[in-house]
Amino acid sequence: MADVVLLDLWVSPFGQRCRIALAAKGVAYEYREQDLSNKSELLLRSNPVHRMIPVLLHGGRPVCESLLIVQYIDEAWPVAPRLLPGDPYARAQARFWADFVDKKIFDCGTRLWKCNGAALEQATRDMIEALGALEAELGGKDYFGGEDLGFLDVALAPFTSWFRTYEQCGGFAIAEHCPGLAAWADRCRGRDAVASALTDPDKVYEFALTLKKKFGDK
Amino acid sequence: MAAGDDLKLLGAWPSPFVVRVKLALSFKGLSFENVEEDLGNKSELLVSSNPVHKKVPVLLHNGKPICESMVIVQYIDEAFTGTGPSLLSSDPHERAIARFWAAYVDDKLVTSWVQSFRGKTEEDKSEGTKQMFAALQTLEGALRECSKGEGYFGGESVGLVDVSLGGLLSWLNATEEMSGTKIFDPVKTPLLAAWAERFSELDGAKLALPDKDRMVEFIQKRQAQAAAAAAASQK
Repeated sequence: MADVVLLDLWVSPFGQRCRIALAAKGVAYEYREQDLSNKSELLLRSNPVHRMIPVLLHGGRPVCESLLIVQYIDEAWPVAPRLLPGDPYARAQARFWADFVDKKIFDCGTRLWKCNGAALEQATRDMIEALGALEAELGGKDYFGGEDLGFLDVALAPFTSWFRTYEQCGGFAIAEHCPGLAAWADRCRGRDAVASALTDPDKVYEFALTLKKKFGDK
Repeated sequence: MAAGDDLKLLGAWPSPFVVRVKLALSFKGLSFENVEEDLGNKSELLVSSNPVHKKVPVLLHNGKPICESMVIVQYIDEAFTGTGPSLLSSDPHERAIARFWAAYVDDKLVTSWVQSFRGKTEEDKSEGTKQMFAALQTLEGALRECSKGEGYFGGESVGLVDVSLGGLLSWLNATEEMSGTKIFDPVKTPLLAAWAERFSELDGAKLALPDKDRMVEFIQKRQAQAAAAAAASQK
């Protein structure tokens, strides 16, 4: 087994966070696509508690939970770019907003493809509000991390592949409500470390439609 | 603590999330101003300090707000590295493991405990109880792994996971008393049972943990209010 292995799923934004972090740090790793309908022995052994991807194996030792994996990568390979800044207050803000992405963006995003009618309208309003909060946090900066990619950029970037899906499901345009965030998304997606990790937005939309068919509200 | 370090905690005494922050401050030997919030009538300061969630706890350090209990706890550990013990190891893998279990307490234990109390049906509630005990069993294994034969998740001294779980102790002890069922069962989860007693005896914990009887009274009052509200909505 290679020294660094990532157990992942092609479309997972959580897995993509790890891929971006590894690429940004220039860490060579072996990518292993997982079949979640038939979970591998290695996955079950490495993440017995949640049995979920992503899992990073470094020297055979597993690290689970995407944001924890990203912090681990930042600490185990303390080279530029430093994803979490040195200042404790700035670190706290980055962690707070990454937690916000997990709590709000992923939840609203799920409701956008899953729900219909009034629930869908609420999900749309909630998503616009959440993206607005992130837009305010970005302010006039190029990246959430300042001049370069930081922890929050890595946490949010994979969800930019889902922007088209959110827009189609909710019937709104992100650039209209959050022009700063839309510009950030283009800027981020242009970076090599990010581009190589993300799924094409059209493929994501196709995938979301299959999810809707299987699991969506009737 | 450096001169001019002003720490203010916006909290509510029963909240396990607030207790976590008090535990961290206590273990680090940091003094702070405790501001008790009326959650039914939130202060201007709370709402402006945490506009996103409008929740407690909020720690204000020289006026700058930090929100979310485990973000605050890590902040305290990092901003005051010279003061008191470290809550996290310096080894990246150990840090990742500690953060994992600290988050697990929230994802699985808190969620299931809340369901056991606030579940809409008796079925919901008993499912919550079942999941709570399953989570405790998992945490027993985590304690065995993390403690390496010592007394705490942090090893010889308290760490991040001890603070995360410790915040819940008064709720869990009160639940034990009210239900008559042992939560930290010395037969089912002997390490956790011993940990709970050991942790409660720490000076730092005694300062931060709400009194069990006061907690029982609080929970009973809340249950009565919920029952009254449910009855009123059925009329």
